[in-house]
Amino acid sequence: MRRLAVPFILAAALIGITAWMTSLGTVGIYRMPSWNEVLVATFQHIQLVLAAEGLAILIGVPIGFVVSRRGLRWIGAPLMALTNIGQTIPTLALLALTSIILGSGFRAAVVGLLVYALLPIVRNTYAGIQSVSPAVKEAAQGMGMSRWQLTSRVELPLARPVVIAGIRTSMVVNVGTAAVAGMIGGIGLGKLITIGISVNVFELVIQGAAPAAALAILLDAALGLFERWMTPRGLRKDAPRVGRQTAKPARGLT
Amino acid sequence: MIRLEHVSKVFSDGTEAVKDLSLEIAEGEFCVFLGPSGCGKTTSLKMINRLIPITSGQIYIDGVDTQQKNVNELRRDIGYAIQNIGLFPHLTVAQNISTVPMLKHWPRDQQRERARELLELVGMPPETFIDRYPSELSGGQQQRVGVARCLGADPPILLMDEPFGAIDPITRHKLQEEFLKIQERLQKTIAFVTHDIDEAIKMGDTVALMKDGELIQYADPATLLAEPKDRFVRDFVGADRVLKGLRLLRARDVMRTPKLAIQLDESVERAIQILDERDRGWMPALERDGRFIGWIEREDLESASSLAEALTPAVSTAAPRTPLNEALSMMLGSATGAVAVLDDTEQLVGLLSFGAIRDVLAIEDESEDE
Repeated sequence: MRRLAVPFILAAALIGITAWMTSLGTVGIYRMPSWNEVLVATFQHIQLVLAAEGLAILIGVPIGFVVSRRGLRWIGAPLMALTNIGQTIPTLALLALTSIILGSGFRAAVVGLLVYALLPIVRNTYAGIQSVSPAVKEAAQGMGMSRWQLTSRVELPLARPVVIAGIRTSMVVNVGTAAVAGMIGGIGLGKLITIGISVNVFELVIQGAAPAAALAILLDAALGLFERWMTPRGLRKDAPRVGRQTAKPARGLT
Repeated sequence: MIRLEHVSKVFSDGTEAVKDLSLEIAEGEFCVFLGPSGCGKTTSLKMINRLIPITSGQIYIDGVDTQQKNVNELRRDIGYAIQNIGLFPHLTVAQNISTVPMLKHWPRDQQRERARELLELVGMPPETFIDRYPSELSGGQQQRVGVARCLGADPPILLMDEPFGAIDPITRHKLQEEFLKIQERLQKTIAFVTHDIDEAIKMGDTVALMKDGELIQYADPATLLAEPKDRFVRDFVGADRVLKGLRLLRARDVMRTPKLAIQLDESVERAIQILDERDRGWMPALERDGRFIGWIEREDLESASSLAEALTPAVSTAAPRTPLNEALSMMLGSATGAVAVLDDTEQLVGLLSFGAIRDVLAIEDESEDE
């Protein structure tokens, strides 16, 4: 699995750096958090990411699918424009807003993350379904597939790789944003980073940032594998693509 | 049998795509909808399987109003092939071909058996292709699979919308020939859309020529060429309609039985004698077993020591089923201006000359004047 070599080496290096920082014990007058504290923070971080991601998938895929339907397509295009604008809202601003409304803590962080995680998923689901070639759909209908059969046997399988690519993007963005959310909510790896910044200790910041980066890389690699596994063989990129229009989906980091 | 009665289509933007179209396609007949783009031919086709709803009028299949049937069941009994093929890229060739059998819940092994049979029919070795994906096929192969797929559940009716439109001319020609052979065997009732007059003449038992949503002329290709109903038809079939008409005739319809021939081991003197007696400039030359090999021309005989030396080998020969347009172009390349018609065993069965073709065309001209 050569495609996994780079992410694994990078992640191992980042974990090494974390270990190094933890092993310092104290920096100046400050005590470095212990392994145990780093692990708890990482676990919280993962919880935050997965909760937001899970909700984003549950909400985003159906929305993307529904607005791609013929009757609702007039919503689709403006909505996609809106999601693009949405993504330009500064992370910090949005997270500050949710924590003001919902109070700081896990819930506010999840809601803030959810908004960001939602966008790539909605957009890719929409793009994935739109990318199914009209000829393929016409052939399916012309041969007597019902609406439901067209969706379940043709549109969804063809859109699936694009949807998963969206989830992958969203997940990676999520890990980074979760660090910011943690800074505000005082949870996860973001908490370590905030403390580091406030006392101006570089090693503390690294101790929080390095595991977050490792997490992003490992999740991306895992989802990359999942994406490939879920892509029907006839659609794999090593074979030339036929019967699909060029879609413009957001792609995961590679 | 398909019957359209006063069928009209007005789209929501007010375009009248099809105006009061009535026609009947008999059982086992190959009907071509022909016309310039925007003439309503594709709309007419798609109204038959209700991909486009009818505004007014009725369409009957075997006497049953298509509106009365469940739309999906109706479509599963009608083969459908389109120009862009629309193969499912995520499914194998076998799964693509088995689409309708799958929708009809055939047993799995029967589906695969059918896919195998159909690949065989469209000239693709099943062992090589059955488990491939569409992206692993060439354009021509994809179109073959498209044809196989529309035959999936052996429907009595096929609707084909420019199925050979998007492929290169050589492959298209080959697919047309092959499809005609398949049709000869299967005798499906076919509605076929094209904008290519040559394809229409070649493929159709009947041609429905449309313009601006109206049926202008509905006739067999020979009639369409010989008796274009109005100026539009005349222009559409082209100034070379007489030449196009040649395609509808075969060598066997026009060829004459050869009166002279000589075997190559006869003497030069004998050949001169035969030709001079009948006052001819040339005659066919045969091997001892009767196979045709070329021409003996009078002018070459004077200096020749044997007939083999004087022989002008034939550049090309026709078969009894060769279309006359092809025979004519062979004739233009022939030294004697004649083309030999050979049967399967290369025995000379007839000769084609300009005179013979002109006679046939002259007869047709007269019938046009009547």
